[in-house]
Amino acid sequence: MNLYTYASPANFYVLAGKLIPWFSWGAGLLAVWGLYISFFLAPTDFQQSEAYRIIFIHVPAAWMSMFIYLVMAFWGAIGLAFNTRLSFMMARALAPTGALFTFIALWTGALWGKPMWGAWWVWDARLTSELILLFLYVGIIALWAAIDDVRRGDRAGSLLTLIGAINVPIIYFSVKWWNTLHQGSSINLMKAPSMAAIMLQGMLVMAIAAWFYTIAVALVRVRRIILERERQTDWAKAILENE
Amino acid sequence: MEWASWSDFWHMAGYGLYVWGSFGVTAAGVLIEVILLKRAGADTRRRLKRMQQWATSLEGEGQ
Amino acid sequence: MHRFLLAVLRRDLTLAARRRGDWLIAQFFFVMVASLFPLGVGPEPEMLARIGPGVLWVAATLASLLSLTRLFADDHHDGSLEHMVLSPEPTVLLVLGKSIAHWLIYGVPLLLIAPVLGIQFHLSWEAIMVLELSLLLGTPILSLLGSVGAALTLGLRGGGVLLTLLILPLYIPALIFGAGAVDGVMAGTGAEAHLSLLGAFMVLSLMIAPWIAAAALRVSLE
Repeated sequence: MNLYTYASPANFYVLAGKLIPWFSWGAGLLAVWGLYISFFLAPTDFQQSEAYRIIFIHVPAAWMSMFIYLVMAFWGAIGLAFNTRLSFMMARALAPTGALFTFIALWTGALWGKPMWGAWWVWDARLTSELILLFLYVGIIALWAAIDDVRRGDRAGSLLTLIGAINVPIIYFSVKWWNTLHQGSSINLMKAPSMAAIMLQGMLVMAIAAWFYTIAVALVRVRRIILERERQTDWAKAILENE
Repeated sequence: MEWASWSDFWHMAGYGLYVWGSFGVTAAGVLIEVILLKRAGADTRRRLKRMQQWATSLEGEGQ
Repeated sequence: MHRFLLAVLRRDLTLAARRRGDWLIAQFFFVMVASLFPLGVGPEPEMLARIGPGVLWVAATLASLLSLTRLFADDHHDGSLEHMVLSPEPTVLLVLGKSIAHWLIYGVPLLLIAPVLGIQFHLSWEAIMVLELSLLLGTPILSLLGSVGAALTLGLRGGGVLLTLLILPLYIPALIFGAGAVDGVMAGTGAEAHLSLLGAFMVLSLMIAPWIAAAALRVSLE
């Protein structure tokens, strides 16, 4: 038994089925723990009062939105380099969840901005980059949706993810640069509250919960994709009959 | 414990709308994704099963 | 290798010369989009000078997208694209040649029109000079990155709209540095930093985009 065994869709289908409950329960328990920290253990911030508790959603969501994009680019690169079908399926399975987290980061950013800065939206470097990241996700998902051919879709989407990943640091840098020139950037999301250890802990627990959730959801999605693509094989037929 | 009462908890020192708006929409987003995923999974399995039955029935006629 | 690149260039330019109407559309689009803004925001010279650089740059990116949808599509229709990709010459050079041809057809006329629009927006001569310089460095980026989008969306239904969706986010650094350069010279902070960053981005695009576009082209033609 080695790692390559699981690179075959048939084996991975079974493995993913076993892993999903673990990650789902893990995500649920961690989320409960994280929420407990966010609302009951973390003290009131002396500057931002209770509004800062949005940080426990906002920062993990922003982290996830970027991580998932990088993981997608990683799977895409592996798929293009080694021609492994499963990598492309993983990349596809991750995209909707990545877009969801990007949306959540934007939404919570707006709800945090209103009481803190008096505006729902400020063209802060982080929020703007996050918005552009959402555009990138939407573009990739739209490209996948437009291409019916599986092989072409896999590769085209991965190429787009890759050029996006090369571009993301440049976009972030340019937006930051643009931001400092235009408003002298006194606003910074991360600096605002002084970071207490318990807050960092809360954010980390929530971030791990988000990771577990993402893995669980991606595995469910990848199983569906596998079944669809392998429907002609005997093992897939057997699974369909037994389920 | 930070909160004197439940109403204090929901009120969030006047920031309730923002805090619960954030957590609520996140919860809703996650819930919607899970529901859509379940439904899409069931749809795919049903469709594939139908295709398979159709294929086997064709084979049966052919013989 | 040079010969192939030149052959691709000459072929595309000859084809474009035969269909003059096609590439004039992008230029008229550029002029029209830019002319809509004074009608939308009012004719005050200070305000127009303030928004001018940004408006002209945004209009330039949109105009590039309009012409990019055709980059590979015509050759794809008549089957010549497949022949060129399957030929022993490297596909990277094919893509590079087509990008350069696109820039010559779309970017150079745009450089000629932009000063006129700059005057309409009450930009100073100095600002217009920098605008020209920024467009000179920036429009090749649009052609190069756009070739990736054109290759990815080749032959898809609704390819034009999709191309816009895919490529516009990638254009953002060029837009920021390009419009920022003109802003900088108007604000008195200088444009050198912006222009050098724009130049660096162009070199990077030149090195990376043709490879990815060539890979995308092969994927789309399989």
